[in-house]
Amino acid sequence: MIITTTQGDIEEHLLEKRTGSCDSPTDTAHWIEYWKDGELVHRSVHLIIKELPAVAGDTTSFS
Amino acid sequence: MASTQALCTSFKKEILTGTHNLINDTIKVALYSNTATLGSTTTEYTPSEEITNTGTYVATGSIIAFEAPNNTGTSVFVGPASSATLTWTGITAPSIQSCLVYNSTKANKAISIHTFTNQNITAGSFTITFPVNDSTTGLIRLD
Repeated sequence: MIITTTQGDIEEHLLEKRTGSCDSPTDTAHWIEYWKDGELVHRSVHLIIKELPAVAGDTTSFS
Repeated sequence: MASTQALCTSFKKEILTGTHNLINDTIKVALYSNTATLGSTTTEYTPSEEITNTGTYVATGSIIAFEAPNNTGTSVFVGPASSATLTWTGITAPSIQSCLVYNSTKANKAISIHTFTNQNITAGSFTITFPVNDSTTGLIRLD
């Protein structure tokens, strides 16, 4: 598989692949990194957004 | 400083005057760096601190379609289709930290800001998946 990198298109087997995930209150992120000779040459991220607080609406009553 | 996640105050006012039609209007998503200061007081799209044109990302961002408003009981919600995604490829951006959802049909009026962990993209793709569109996690919910 060809990976687009800062050094051009490179065969994946020539690169070191690293993956990871991070979860936070606002999102979950999954990333894929490719390194060549100790240099980061590609990083892609898939971000899953979590919800915003709802707009709460309460009606008042009349008496 | 960085952006703060919020449903924009101006949007809350505007929905009470019928300004927005989230189904028929063109809704867009723009990406911002960690130096942007978007928040509840943001009233419209701004190019300030938006990530620069890179790969398939161009200034003003990309269109996202909203589903028709729905409800579960008394909770009403609206947003992109469950788990809808936007993907930009060939991007190099060192610090994407937020996105602005805005109405480009209505003078680029701001809707909401979503912040996330600072993301470095290097010659790669950046994909955003939106929350499930239901009464619990829908992008805009009125309880």
